[in-house]
Amino acid sequence: MRAQAVGCLGLCGSGPLVALDLETGAPASTAPRGLEPRRHQRLYGGLAAEQASDLIAIARWLVAQPPGPLNNDAISRLHPHQLDPDLPFFRSQRPLVLQHCGWVEPDSIASALAMGTYGQLLRCLAECSPAEVRALIDRSGLRGRGGAGFPTGVKWERVAGETGTPKLVVANGDEGDPGAFMDRTVMESDPHRLLEGLAIAAYAVGADRGVLFVRAEYPQAVAQLRRAIRQAESHGLLGASIGGSGVGVTVKLRVGAGAYVCGEETALMAAVEGRRGTPRTRPPYPARSGLWGKPTLINNVETLAAVPAILAMGAEAYRALGSGRSRGTKVFSLSGAVRHTGLVEVPMGTSLRTVVEELGGGSLPGRRIKAVQTGGPGGGFVPEHLLDTPIDYEALVDLGTAMGSGGLVVIGDDVAIPELVAHGLRFCAEESCGKCVPCRAGTVQLLTLLERLQAGGGDRGREHTLFRLEELAAMVQACSLCGLGQGAPRPLLNSLRFFRSEYTAPPLPGAAR
Amino acid sequence: MRQPGTATAEIGLRINGLALQMPVGSSLLEACAMAGAALPTLCFVEGLSAVGACRLCLVTIEGQSRPQTACTTSVEEGMVVQTSTATLELWRRLALELLFQEGNHVCAFCVASGHCELQSLAARLGMDHPRYPARRPLRGVDASHPRFLLDHNTCILCGRCVRICAEIEGAQVWELAERGGRTRLVAGLDQPWGTVDACTSCGKCVAVCPTGSLAEKGLTSGEKRPDPTLAAQLKPTRLEPPLEPPAWRSEARGGAGEIRR
Repeated sequence: MRAQAVGCLGLCGSGPLVALDLETGAPASTAPRGLEPRRHQRLYGGLAAEQASDLIAIARWLVAQPPGPLNNDAISRLHPHQLDPDLPFFRSQRPLVLQHCGWVEPDSIASALAMGTYGQLLRCLAECSPAEVRALIDRSGLRGRGGAGFPTGVKWERVAGETGTPKLVVANGDEGDPGAFMDRTVMESDPHRLLEGLAIAAYAVGADRGVLFVRAEYPQAVAQLRRAIRQAESHGLLGASIGGSGVGVTVKLRVGAGAYVCGEETALMAAVEGRRGTPRTRPPYPARSGLWGKPTLINNVETLAAVPAILAMGAEAYRALGSGRSRGTKVFSLSGAVRHTGLVEVPMGTSLRTVVEELGGGSLPGRRIKAVQTGGPGGGFVPEHLLDTPIDYEALVDLGTAMGSGGLVVIGDDVAIPELVAHGLRFCAEESCGKCVPCRAGTVQLLTLLERLQAGGGDRGREHTLFRLEELAAMVQACSLCGLGQGAPRPLLNSLRFFRSEYTAPPLPGAAR
Repeated sequence: MRQPGTATAEIGLRINGLALQMPVGSSLLEACAMAGAALPTLCFVEGLSAVGACRLCLVTIEGQSRPQTACTTSVEEGMVVQTSTATLELWRRLALELLFQEGNHVCAFCVASGHCELQSLAARLGMDHPRYPARRPLRGVDASHPRFLLDHNTCILCGRCVRICAEIEGAQVWELAERGGRTRLVAGLDQPWGTVDACTSCGKCVAVCPTGSLAEKGLTSGEKRPDPTLAAQLKPTRLEPPLEPPAWRSEARGGAGEIRR
């Protein structure tokens, strides 16, 4: 019997979780494998430390498989904690990025290697030219998972086409949207997968230096990645010559200093260089002039973590998931007024209703779902009657919201939308880097106007304040320098479209909404 | 700017319907001035790097979904540019309004009155009264320097002082600190200006400050005489950003300059 400390088992709301599985004895190193979804045999949630002995008793019984039922108090004591591994929350997922999360031991490279991690990197180095890897990623239809959805293959091609040296690859692990914890899970639960994806990207674009930029609020991710880099280098899987191929990528890790805006690529690069983390205008894009003025590929953690899976299953199989211009799978962190909260990975094109009602198990008892917030503070709300909208970059933009990085916050009917919008604006005003006027001063005035509106509209009445609010919101959205300011008014404008009555005639305090 | 008699490659573009030729590498801001449509600017000063912070020089470029700052955009062949639509004019007025209401601007008592770029742009663009609630922030005055005064109340955070000090004087005394509405100008390592050894007391920051925020001591209302052309007359001393990446040691061997907590 073995006990493994694995990363996230997905159903965060029921943690801490323990899975009991019988080992099948299948060969451990047949890479690529495991792309088929696996399910744990027994799951227990919300456990306390003193229940370990009961777990061990059940595990012993599972291993020995004696005839007859387990006549033990352990079962009855743990019964309330038992979770069904066949819950739609697990069954309806398609884990590719999260394929090994909850199975692999994050602090052990041996465990990662046994799951086939680094297999695609070594295969790529042995069998594929960088151009072939780029073409494959392009064909897969993968788009940036950080929020903007830029086609990854196109970005890789641009960096590869630059002549400057050295070239660099950056993994953006500065996940800061409230209610988002996708990248955190990848970094904490399966750090070697990110390193593999980063090394493949570096090979594909001709970079020999890698940077992981991780926010300081994720100390566990920083520790896991530092350990993983050391392990990979001592195994010859990172460093001067990967697997003796002569191709090398040397990886460094940089810890953020707490600014949300450093998730924006140009601000991130300024921070890595040791300067004040503020965005700059583009062009030049990082592909031409990035870190230290060198050609730089910058991808989100989830984007890079999807790369090994795409190589394993092939571009066509990946592309077959999803619809329209949104292909493959997307990881979401599901939170808010929903029964099952946690991390889910579903094919693009799945409807929000499926995610919320099937995987999430619907609303909490006694509440109804009013909307789902996507895209964090730069996104918006999808009202309940439009939850059949597919998860698709363009479909969400059409509703005035955004895919964003993957935070899905379910809003119950006990929440007033304007209050939530004010909360988001306060966040943006706080996190504005202060460089450009619309974002620095505009978000503050938007908040002031919104608060005035909530207090009845002030001297000149609601309609006037509302007009001023919309006028300024359009200006901040159009004129701000980077995505933070451009996105800040989006929840306001989007909710004025779907929940306007809450602004023009807010319910009385305490009344049902 | 175009030099008569020099044979440089030229770029053809249209600004407000007017066709013109500009040398390769010109900024759209120069092109607009050449086309007789000089744009309002507050963060830009000739001779310093362009940062696109004040957003007043936003123009619409055909084929681009959002307006672009002319100061940071290079001219491209076939560009079709509009500098003065009703929406752009409104947005410029709103940006000025935001600036006025963000700080504490009282022209009547200001050393720069009559020579203030914020004031004159408000007059030029028709921003005659701000409608947003005044923030009236509590900001201080730094009078620690023997010759100059920093009044945070009228600072619009344009960063001209930061850039002229770094790019021309090479002293790097100034930097912006903190975030959002708390963003402020700091000297040295957030020290009183007068105690910063790096300051050479050259006064370049004072000369290019668009408002009365940086001024000589001893002046009264309307007496400041700035010189925004100063930067263009001087040679840069330092290029930003540093052009070479640092020595690249692996993480496993302990990267240099790592933040440890």
